[in-house]
Amino acid sequence: MLTPEWTALLYLIAAVCFILALKGLSSPKSARRGNLIGAFGALVAMVVVFLSTELDNIALILGTIALGTVIAVPASRLVKMTQMPQLVALFNGVGGGAAALVALLELPLVADELGAVIAVAFTVLVGAVSFSGSAITFAKLQELMPTRPIVFPGAPIVISLVALGSLASAVWLVLTGDAVASYVLLALGTALGVLIVLPVGGADVPIVISLLNAFTGLTVAASGLVLGNTLLLVAGTLVGASGTILTRAMASAMGRSVAGILFGAFRGGSTAGSTAQSDRPVRSSSAEDVAILLGYAQRVIVVPGYGLAVAQAQHTMAELAATLESKGIEVVFGIHPVAGRMPGHMNVLLAEANVPYEVLSEMDEVNPQFKNADVALVVGANDVVNPAAKTSPGSPIFGMPILDVASARQVVFLKRSMRPGFAGIENDLLFEPQTTLLFGDAKDSLTKVLTAVKNL
Amino acid sequence: MDAITLLTFFVLSVFVGFEVVSKVSSTLHTPLMSGANAIHGIILVGAVIVAGQAESIPVLVVALIAVLLATVNLVGGFVVTDRMLEMFGGRKPAPASSAKKEESN
Repeated sequence: MLTPEWTALLYLIAAVCFILALKGLSSPKSARRGNLIGAFGALVAMVVVFLSTELDNIALILGTIALGTVIAVPASRLVKMTQMPQLVALFNGVGGGAAALVALLELPLVADELGAVIAVAFTVLVGAVSFSGSAITFAKLQELMPTRPIVFPGAPIVISLVALGSLASAVWLVLTGDAVASYVLLALGTALGVLIVLPVGGADVPIVISLLNAFTGLTVAASGLVLGNTLLLVAGTLVGASGTILTRAMASAMGRSVAGILFGAFRGGSTAGSTAQSDRPVRSSSAEDVAILLGYAQRVIVVPGYGLAVAQAQHTMAELAATLESKGIEVVFGIHPVAGRMPGHMNVLLAEANVPYEVLSEMDEVNPQFKNADVALVVGANDVVNPAAKTSPGSPIFGMPILDVASARQVVFLKRSMRPGFAGIENDLLFEPQTTLLFGDAKDSLTKVLTAVKNL
Repeated sequence: MDAITLLTFFVLSVFVGFEVVSKVSSTLHTPLMSGANAIHGIILVGAVIVAGQAESIPVLVVALIAVLLATVNLVGGFVVTDRMLEMFGGRKPAPASSAKKEESN
């Protein structure tokens, strides 16, 4: 059995590992090492808890940990690149759920300490919100449910009532320490999590995951207070604080405020992403026509999006870019910070296809170049080039910085269909005279265009 | 542990948390979120303590569910973050920095 001094010292080492992990993850060079340091810290903490605490049921506990590992490792190793964000959401949700359960079980032991009961009430409520909210973000990203904001009549009233009910039962729990109050709180918190996330539009979901991630961190910190465990307190607080900063950074990369993301769908009345597809004419053409546009251009800017990732077309895209360059055409990739479904998605994808780092331009860098570009080739992106973000204040994506493809002389969209993008809103750019559409799976289309370009 | 000590831990941790991620490029937002997500899986420590001190079957069952959920969060979180970062490994590092990064890939 470890002495309390050794336990505290080893927990300190684990906490330092977590700080170094977050620090490492903030820079590309040290990110992978940072993550490993974090995992090492977690391992130290787990060994310490078994060596320092009087525990029964050890065989059952170890068996359960083994089962969890057997579930988690293959799930994380085998998941497709495009599905990583929802897996992170899922992991975040189960963490929040675990914190809520721990607090619920600890309640009878701390019922006479006011501070601890407040921490229990906080953990149960926020843990439940995080659990069910993450489940909804998972369902949205996995497209098990519509990705548009979902608003039903009277939604603001229902949400307010559930929120008030949650607060009331939290107060009830704090005043009485009654277990029944904690169950009511758990149920209302679960409902609240669902209601808060339903009205969030698809494109904002990654930001909500980050916010719920910060929430879960705070519940872990509160569990640390309940259990008198400093490591949980420090680790949870670190995640809560860094998660808050990260959420704000992600939101500002999209020109949004966190409050606007959560409640924006209620303000604008009719803004909640209409499904109406207009029957205005569009100009669609063949791969050969697109090849001619590209082959006789001098400067081409490629704007990749989620469609490129889904079709796994990054290698074909890279080959097309290389072929165009061999013909003396200048090719640049314009990367929107939130293209794809997680920030950095496109950088990772194109890096995998060995697209040189130098031709990837960030938004601020590439936007002034569009007016000198002969062709903007938009591959599977929609919302990040939708002028509605600039021109229509009612739109759910209004205020998000976009790639200014409309200034290019010609715009070519490779799209699967006329279906609106992830945010569920139509793109007026598709109907402009300088726009050409080539329908189909991004990989098929790119392969055809590539063949046609080689034959020019 | 007394309330003031815990408060001290809390406040200092908030500042450290703000500080360590204050400058991060948008490319790393997702891995950073995922890494932070893994770290809060350390609630497993709490779940193990509760399970190890359970005195009735229902409490033990709920506690073991918490252990399972927390393990998935902790282990899965670190593995999926590593997987994301693995893909950064193959990229040629930014010019000038003669990084001899991962030899893998």
